[in-house]
Amino acid sequence: MSKRIEVNDLNVYYSKFLAVEDVTLTIEPRTVTAFIGPSGCGKSTFLRTLNRMHEVIPGARVEGEVLIDGNNLYGPGVDPVLVRRQVGMVFQRPNPFPTMSIGDNVLAGVKLNNTRMSKSDSDDLIERSLRGANLWNEVKDRLNQPGSGLSGGQQQRLCIARAIAVQPDVLLMDEPCSALDPISTLAIEDLIEELKNEYTIVIVTHNMQQASRVSDRTAFFNIAGTGKPGKLIEYNDTTTIFSNPSVQATEDYVSGRFG
Amino acid sequence: MTTAVAPPIKAKQRPGDRIFSTATVVAGSLILVVLAAVAIFLVAQSLPAFTADESAFKGGITNFWDYVWPLAFGTVWAAALALLMAVPVAIGIALFISHYAPRKLAQSLGYVVDLLAAVPSVVFGLWGITVLAPALQPLYSQLVEWFGWFPLFAGPVSGTGRTILTVAVVLAVMILPIMTALCREVFLQTPRLHEEAALALGATRWEMITMAVLPFGRPGIISAAMLGLGRALGETMAVAMVLSPASVISFALLQSQNPSTIAANIALNFPEAHGVGVNVLIATGLILFLITLAVNMVARFVINRRKAFSGAN
Repeated sequence: MSKRIEVNDLNVYYSKFLAVEDVTLTIEPRTVTAFIGPSGCGKSTFLRTLNRMHEVIPGARVEGEVLIDGNNLYGPGVDPVLVRRQVGMVFQRPNPFPTMSIGDNVLAGVKLNNTRMSKSDSDDLIERSLRGANLWNEVKDRLNQPGSGLSGGQQQRLCIARAIAVQPDVLLMDEPCSALDPISTLAIEDLIEELKNEYTIVIVTHNMQQASRVSDRTAFFNIAGTGKPGKLIEYNDTTTIFSNPSVQATEDYVSGRFG
Repeated sequence: MTTAVAPPIKAKQRPGDRIFSTATVVAGSLILVVLAAVAIFLVAQSLPAFTADESAFKGGITNFWDYVWPLAFGTVWAAALALLMAVPVAIGIALFISHYAPRKLAQSLGYVVDLLAAVPSVVFGLWGITVLAPALQPLYSQLVEWFGWFPLFAGPVSGTGRTILTVAVVLAVMILPIMTALCREVFLQTPRLHEEAALALGATRWEMITMAVLPFGRPGIISAAMLGLGRALGETMAVAMVLSPASVISFALLQSQNPSTIAANIALNFPEAHGVGVNVLIATGLILFLITLAVNMVARFVINRRKAFSGAN
């Protein structure tokens, strides 16, 4: 189910403003790749181009190509809706649907694909997804309660369960722990470690320790100044980025000299 | 050292706070006083009507309940029909403005909708008589011809087009702007996070609306509908102008015999009412008040029932 992502010469624009310039990188299947960099350097913007979520913002567009197992996401006739069904996403703030129960939240994406599902199938899927997100034991007795009644960390794991319920090829995470306490963060990080066995995971994080803990490969983004486009500075194995980076800016950033 | 008992620290009273808190208390009490005054007036003036004998009524009606029942029916029936037509349209327009239209078009459409709300109801009444009724009459004839077997469309068809259905259309147009404006505001409040959550799962725009926008806006939609229903229930001029009333209870939409509404009936008969007749009309007003109250309480109940899922927490 996990797939390779290849990005070639990608430029991202907001109307006329060039937000991210000339990114080329390859993400291997069943790995965790972390995007790090200072605020505003375009890492979240770039992440969103991997499932075309940037198109939600009026005026946003890209040049270049993103290939998932060789298929260009931006090829003619590619439906962004179908792209997003293959490339799941978890957001910065937990966002379960407040009007749905915990169980319905897990099924939300699946119901879009096929409306008919037997009760036992859907119960199985709910259990499987919630177990996959390490949430089952905490919520199994209250699947009919609203998802908004859970704690922040539980809500975020519910969102992960919702994302993996549709069995995507790739899972994107946009600072999934930035709104969570350390314990919940640890739970999510453990979960990422497990999910790696099945999914290609890309995670944006502000927390460099987190990047070094969870990821196999790390991409460092930076900007020359406000109003300038963000660029991919260095992309390498996480251990290399944190111990022996080849670019001075990367070393300055990971050692805390700026950012 | 002597331990002196420290005087309790009193919060300093600032004039601004006192003026403001007094003003809010006065405003809050004022609404209660006015409501109580109206309620007392209604009840006190209604009492003679309940015991009035048949000399107070026209057309062989012997007591108040026989008199008010067709009117109450007509009121609820016309308002319900209007609501049935207006709610889907209002939601549609609001969704178009909030989620589909380009920003410039959405803005000007919003102005137009607000402008519609400013049209006086007399004007809508005139429009109903002179434009809408004649325009709809041929359609009514066709409906009766083709679907006359269906009880709602039973004949004989009204020759003027001035039927309860025309009234309902006029009412629907009248309540549309306020409902649209409310729904639009509610839909715009949908958290972006939830919309993005739906889109990221691979929802189309319509699926996103059914997953995130409509459930989130549900209490707002109900409130908007109740506000519209309240206006439709109480609307006087448009109904009084369009309908030629009869004291009947009939679900038929297209006949010339139509039940009138309470408000229109009061407006039409009050100028020549005297003695206990005035009390009878006021008593019908009391009934209207009770209907509106009941509708609002039901709406509250419906909204509160699913409070945990409202997204407010």
